[in-house]
Amino acid sequence: MFYRECGVRHTTYAADRALAVIPFERALLVLLIVLAAAAPWIVTDLFLVSYLTPWLIWTAAVLGLNLLMGWAGQIHLGYGAVMAVGAYTAVHVARAGAPFVVAVAAGGLVAAVIGSLFGLPALRVRGLYLAMSTLALQVIVDWILVQVPAISGGAQATLLVPRPHIFGIPLVTDQARYWTAAVFTLLVALFVANVRRTDVGRALIALREKDYAAAVIGINVFYYKALAFFVSSFIGGMSGAALAFLYYRAVTPEQFGLNVSIMAVAMVIVGGLGSIIGSFFGAGFILLAPIWIEHGLRELAAALSVHISPSTLAHLPLVIYGGLITGFLLLEPLGLAKLYDNVRNYLRVWPFGYTKK
Amino acid sequence: MTFLAELAINGALVGLMYALVASGIVLVYKSSGVVNLAQGGFVMAGAYLVWAYIARLGLGLIPGILAAAASMGALGWLTERLALRRMIGQPVIMILMLTFGLEVVLRGAVPGALGADTKPMPIPISQAPVWLGDILINRTYILGGAVAVVMVALLAVFFRTRAGIAMRAVSDDHLAAWAVGIPVERTVALSWAVSGAVAAVTGVLWGAVQGVDWSLSLLLIKALSVAVLGGLDSLSGVVLAGLIVGVFESVISGYVDPFVGGGTREVVAAVVIFLTVLIRPYGLFGREVIERV
Repeated sequence: MFYRECGVRHTTYAADRALAVIPFERALLVLLIVLAAAAPWIVTDLFLVSYLTPWLIWTAAVLGLNLLMGWAGQIHLGYGAVMAVGAYTAVHVARAGAPFVVAVAAGGLVAAVIGSLFGLPALRVRGLYLAMSTLALQVIVDWILVQVPAISGGAQATLLVPRPHIFGIPLVTDQARYWTAAVFTLLVALFVANVRRTDVGRALIALREKDYAAAVIGINVFYYKALAFFVSSFIGGMSGAALAFLYYRAVTPEQFGLNVSIMAVAMVIVGGLGSIIGSFFGAGFILLAPIWIEHGLRELAAALSVHISPSTLAHLPLVIYGGLITGFLLLEPLGLAKLYDNVRNYLRVWPFGYTKK
Repeated sequence: MTFLAELAINGALVGLMYALVASGIVLVYKSSGVVNLAQGGFVMAGAYLVWAYIARLGLGLIPGILAAAASMGALGWLTERLALRRMIGQPVIMILMLTFGLEVVLRGAVPGALGADTKPMPIPISQAPVWLGDILINRTYILGGAVAVVMVALLAVFFRTRAGIAMRAVSDDHLAAWAVGIPVERTVALSWAVSGAVAAVTGVLWGAVQGVDWSLSLLLIKALSVAVLGGLDSLSGVVLAGLIVGVFESVISGYVDPFVGGGTREVVAAVVIFLTVLIRPYGLFGREVIERV
């Protein structure tokens, strides 16, 4: 009904390849962007700071990882380390006096260089072995971060992040930080959405399907694999820096440990491999659902006056989080994006469902 | 020189215990081509169960271990039956993440239900070290190394039994095994069950070494490095790789730790994984898969 396609006729190639073809979807996008811009006046400050801001920044990170896993088809279990490199670089550059934007870009660049190291094994192996070598690199990078005092400020240390300025305007309020995060995520989303439409995007997809076959049709497999790792790590590094500047406001190595890498992959898979809207869904779901489900369970237990021991309660989020990962993989391997797609496809032809091809 | 020998011998014994954890991964990989990233969680769950059966239910040492092995075998079998079998044909990353999800669930559920504080493993081993000349050896390590060798030998014998031969056939080729009448699903499930039981025995040893708590699941990285270095589908490779990783880890951390402030132990295993994958992905004794397009 709403997603009506009738009357949409493409007379140019440009119109055919637009990001949003259906008029209703374009309106929806504009509405969402307006809502996101107005969010500080709509939601409470607590919600804005502790839910919306990390959700948006994590979405940017997941988009970067999705570019690598969803489009180029390379497994990466060390994304947390890449984000850590970005965060630490940006913080050190900013402490040396560089402006915020420069610091974030520097974080992205250094993360991209280190992240390409993660891609080194990808030029030789793939699948299982790539997963294990990225896992190993995560451990190695973590260790270096903790052990080199020049980076982490010594073991168990926390580095305070200098207050960010954008073009001379200090980002002091929660609202300003939120808007910065929102703009950053929007830019990353636009970039990834457009990569999909270019020859690079199509080369990556060919690579994902079968790298030998891609080589046969003239795609330089080495180049595109390295490129995918570089670009994805660049986005990851910038997201790590954004997370440090706009959300944590202090960096410690634990913020980017192995568990964080697993969380990032979980976000990609729960959201849907190779889907942009799925990245938004996945990041939000994995960040927020365990909190809300645990909260609900607590209230349920209180309402039924069932006593749960504090130790059990403390481990509940972990169980819920792991359960969500396994549950999604077993029941809907294509993720939340597939669920959204089902609804969309249904609405596109509603009330004339029989016209579906 | 004594210092080096002490590090090497203790390291070799610890390495054998890593090999035992890794043998669980190898068993499952051999039969189904799945790397079980929840093996660390399995070891932790096994250790918790042994502790619970002995300290809470008051079973004897041997009955407690046997009961835990049976329970873990059932858990492994259920994992295959309910989760992994539905994932056949899915991309590798999906299967890996599924086992990681299981690991997270185990890491939350088991300490959540049985208590998160570190518990002593109730087995009677004296803490007094054994002196071999000037060399000091941890008694638990000796027991652990011996049990590891016996267990791997038992597994090697198992591969000569009827069920074991079926498992080898399945690891060669699912379709061909099917064609000659081997129940492939049941064989794969059996390998998961055996791997679960091995995890319980491993849990006893590691629980005795470092106490029973969630950190037992961190053995995964060590086990992975041993399994990868030995070749993911080679049981004999696991023993040699375990010795290599154990000795390297112990000697390197013994000499380097004073300079970098500790923690080298954790990273040696990761370096081993990375180098193995770069130089010889199929490990020391693993079968090299030749891909035909």
